[in-house]
Amino acid sequence: MLGILGEIPMSADFTLAELCAVACAEIWRDDGEILASPMGLIPALGAKLARATFAPDLLLTDGVARFVNGRGEVESWIPYRAIFDLVWSGRRHVMMGASQIDRFGNQNISCIGDFHHPKVQLIGVRGAPGNTIHHPTSYWVPNHSAKIFVPKVDVVCGIGYDRARSLGASGRWVDIRRVVSNKCVFDFETPDRSMRLRSLHRGVTTEEVAALTGFPLTLPAAVPITRVPTAEELRLIRDVLDPKGVARSELK
Amino acid sequence: MDKRCTEADVVTALSDSMTLGIGGWGSRRKPMSLVRAIARSSLRDLTIVSYGGPDVGLLCALGKVKKLVYGFVSLDSIPLEPHFRAARQGGAVEVMELDEGMLQWGLYAASLRLPFLPTRAGLGSDVLTYNPDLRLVKSPYADGEDLVAMPALHLDVALIHMNRADLQGNGQFLGPDLYFDDLFCMAAKKRFMSCEKIIDSAEFATLGSLHTLRIHRAMIDGVIEAPGGAAFTECPPDYGRDEALQREYAQAAGDAEKCSAFLAKYL
Repeated sequence: MLGILGEIPMSADFTLAELCAVACAEIWRDDGEILASPMGLIPALGAKLARATFAPDLLLTDGVARFVNGRGEVESWIPYRAIFDLVWSGRRHVMMGASQIDRFGNQNISCIGDFHHPKVQLIGVRGAPGNTIHHPTSYWVPNHSAKIFVPKVDVVCGIGYDRARSLGASGRWVDIRRVVSNKCVFDFETPDRSMRLRSLHRGVTTEEVAALTGFPLTLPAAVPITRVPTAEELRLIRDVLDPKGVARSELK
Repeated sequence: MDKRCTEADVVTALSDSMTLGIGGWGSRRKPMSLVRAIARSSLRDLTIVSYGGPDVGLLCALGKVKKLVYGFVSLDSIPLEPHFRAARQGGAVEVMELDEGMLQWGLYAASLRLPFLPTRAGLGSDVLTYNPDLRLVKSPYADGEDLVAMPALHLDVALIHMNRADLQGNGQFLGPDLYFDDLFCMAAKKRFMSCEKIIDSAEFATLGSLHTLRIHRAMIDGVIEAPGGAAFTECPPDYGRDEALQREYAQAAGDAEKCSAFLAKYL
């Protein structure tokens, strides 16, 4: 049961990948009948887990152009020509990756270095500007490090709360919910909407996260431990949603 | 009207410094036989507008590109496009990097002969910082909201690939997604469509529903029969992506010798 594709066991009960899948699932709690768009294998497992448990109304796609229901049946069609209509209408909560992210949630997936002379070209801004200004956004960082959690991102693709504030009414739908990493969960539930440590994964210390984060941590009075998977969640992950451990292999 | 022509005819219709829009998405249903013909030609200084994949990479690798207009460039199963990255990191191309929805909006504005379409996408992001020509527009209504005025992206030529087409230029997509191929055609002065197979118009109804007929003949000037014309990108249901060939393409990119050997074979 444990050690699938080299997963790190966290305890006798569950692995880090399973814990992170549950932390990702939690971002879609109470979202209702909207499109959940996970980028990455663990977030995708999390979205399926959320729908199979506490968020049954979520819409999920097969990653191509089909809405697929919890029984694996095609229930509707969502080609790219309809995606931006949905995004701009606000009925979506995306979980994107981030090559860099700062304390206000500005995210970079475009390039590292000067935009005009990039040191490392990445994929491009993609849909990040339009996503963040129109609907709820969360981020997934499978390799928490100070190279990713930086004081200032090189190119602002997904916009953060400081940028949103400067936009007045046009920024009113910016809603960055969570950042889930392999070490902890952050939220933005602070007076200035800067990133705050929401919970630590079991066995991780505040000092460890501080050392892996390139800006000062904002801490609640007491830092809770990230919710651990329930027995039913573990059964769903292992027997139903990811029986071959493919999704969980994202965290080796 | 019989609009059949060849890849060579398309190259003849192009000239240096033109703006080309290329349909498909990432490494999906790209008109690669047309892209290869352009790569082999002496054309240069092109501006390429694309939901980018190996079309962008190949034209960069062959030094055909002056400017790129894109939201991303990716090979899907290989997230980063090596030739695009090399072109960017070497400072070889000018770029207009846009949110994907802004790109759609620019093509749609051009299709409708509008100077711009308003959107919130891009506001607050560095898309506006690095595209200083983009302007904002204030809503004339009570809300007074500031919006991006996404300018029309006018194309000289559009290139798309369909599963089936007839001689007159009606096209049929049989896969799951049209992407933005209709908008590329509507935004362009000259429109060329390659296809897996040219068929009689009467056959369309036997192959797919009415809803698969999204490219009509008023949108197309030339039809090229090109079986396998999208390879190595996918063209479902006719064929999937040739992952082995794509891997070979990507792996050869880092090495001048391997790269010219690959191109000699692929072009």
